[in-house]
Amino acid sequence: MAHDHHEHGLSPSGHPYRSDNDGPLTYWQRMEIAVRELLIEKGQLTPAEITAQIDAMDARSPANGATVVARAWTDPAFKSRLLENAAEASREMGFDIGPLHLIAVENTQDVHNLIVCTLCSCYPRNLLGLPPDWYKTRAYRSRAVIEPRKLLREFGVDLPASVTVRVHDSTADMRYIVLPARPEGTKHMSEADLAALVTRDSMIGTGLPRRP
Amino acid sequence: MTDTTGRRWHDMGGQEAGPVPMEGHDFALWEKRVDALMVLCSGKGHFTVDGLRRALEDMGEDAFEKHSYYERWIAAINQNLVEAGIYTLEELGMRMDEIARRGESYAEAQDD
Repeated sequence: MAHDHHEHGLSPSGHPYRSDNDGPLTYWQRMEIAVRELLIEKGQLTPAEITAQIDAMDARSPANGATVVARAWTDPAFKSRLLENAAEASREMGFDIGPLHLIAVENTQDVHNLIVCTLCSCYPRNLLGLPPDWYKTRAYRSRAVIEPRKLLREFGVDLPASVTVRVHDSTADMRYIVLPARPEGTKHMSEADLAALVTRDSMIGTGLPRRP
Repeated sequence: MTDTTGRRWHDMGGQEAGPVPMEGHDFALWEKRVDALMVLCSGKGHFTVDGLRRALEDMGEDAFEKHSYYERWIAAINQNLVEAGIYTLEELGMRMDEIARRGESYAEAQDD
């Protein structure tokens, strides 16, 4: 998708607006409208259900995952439940995880985990929101499993050779989330302040938490 | 579709590729609606995630290169709904033609 369009400004999140927000009606947009209208007319869906689902998805962001991580950093019993069954532990905090299996993989001094979906775009969307565009690209999907260290360097994560890199390939039924290592010098920080250190990329494994 | 290693086009893991393109975009309303239709229709049992993936994977590599993510998703949703008998292809075609006559932008093409 070309991003060389003219005078368009940036959205509140700093991304260029995609041309299909304001361009001529496309074939695929017509298909979306038609499918939605037919589903509503046939009594399969209501407009309110669709709006509520969009609102629910919009409300999901990496901040949700960050609160789970911060809890795991401060509550050892919760952390062991999270590593045992991440879906159950996240539900405990009130997050709707849906029917999928969710596995948390822990980064330590010696191990760095990275998640990918080589076949498609599976992502812990219920905890992190929709995946970034790069997660769905051919380049990321291809290279994550063959040259993860080189890929990580492109994301600004340069790991010492002594650190083992583990790459987890997600499936439609099984999603992963990385539990990043708690940064040094955060001993006296509150759970809420810790959560602010947890970035989206640190839970994908393409980044590290912020330093305090 | 299947190369000499026996893998299909969507099985991309381990292949050579260039730098990861880092630019992102904010999802447009129509894309969010496609996502919502996927979640709601699969929740109601009209199709499974495997049914969606089958449709996506059968589109082939050409569709992956030419069409955006949610363009491919609405095509896969539509195919599964037609197969499930929710509506017919003819109904879809007639409705898409009618929508084209409503206006030239996505907003104008809404029925309200």
